[in-house]
Amino acid sequence: MNISKTVDGTSLSIALEGRLDTTTAPQLDEELKNSIGDCTTLVIDFKELEYLSSAGLRILLSTQKVMNKQGKMIIRNVNETIMEVFEMTGFVDILTIE
Amino acid sequence: MKELTIDATVDNITRVTAFVDEQLEELGCPVKAQMQIDIAIDELFGNIAHYAYNPDVGPATVRVEVVKDPMAVIITFIDNGVQYDPLAKADPDTTLSAEEREIGGLGIYMVKKSMDEITYEYKNGQNILRIKKHI
Repeated sequence: MNISKTVDGTSLSIALEGRLDTTTAPQLDEELKNSIGDCTTLVIDFKELEYLSSAGLRILLSTQKVMNKQGKMIIRNVNETIMEVFEMTGFVDILTIE
Repeated sequence: MKELTIDATVDNITRVTAFVDEQLEELGCPVKAQMQIDIAIDELFGNIAHYAYNPDVGPATVRVEVVKDPMAVIITFIDNGVQYDPLAKADPDTTLSAEEREIGGLGIYMVKKSMDEITYEYKNGQNILRIKKHI
């Protein structure tokens, strides 16, 4: 998985490419832990993300909890397979998906 | 039928996925079904890697079979680790808010929902978990 990051003041955009799974999730976890300290708007772009497993959901949930306290988190460009995962797990009601 | 026996480690999930994907591609498996199977491998082989032999490392076998009429792929995960039935766990409550949510059980729940069949048996000291997906 590739992670690219754009910072604009307290806005942070993170674009993911590849697969967010047990093998790659620690990479994203590390990146977010280092980056979201002062962030008030976090945008995660899923345009180039193929799929995610529960290891990815775990990170989205913990990051959403942090962002609920300090601002907002938006997920963009979710493909059909990933949207089905969000629907089946009820994450559609937890996340803000645009 | 093809099978791969390999150390059950997180690092080997990629190799198991590649092994299964190669066969799915030969079968002309639709992309969506392949992704759902790849997610299932991540969850199931990942579970074995994390828990079956913890803190040691042991082997797991992944077997791929194809059945026809209707066309389906059956993938069996076998390990000799501690007895563990992932299907015994209650499904998570998917209606709770972010604050109330617990992540445990979500992986196996996703597999149950996206596969056509999932069965578990413990036999001769082996955990045998089998998934079936129509393709």
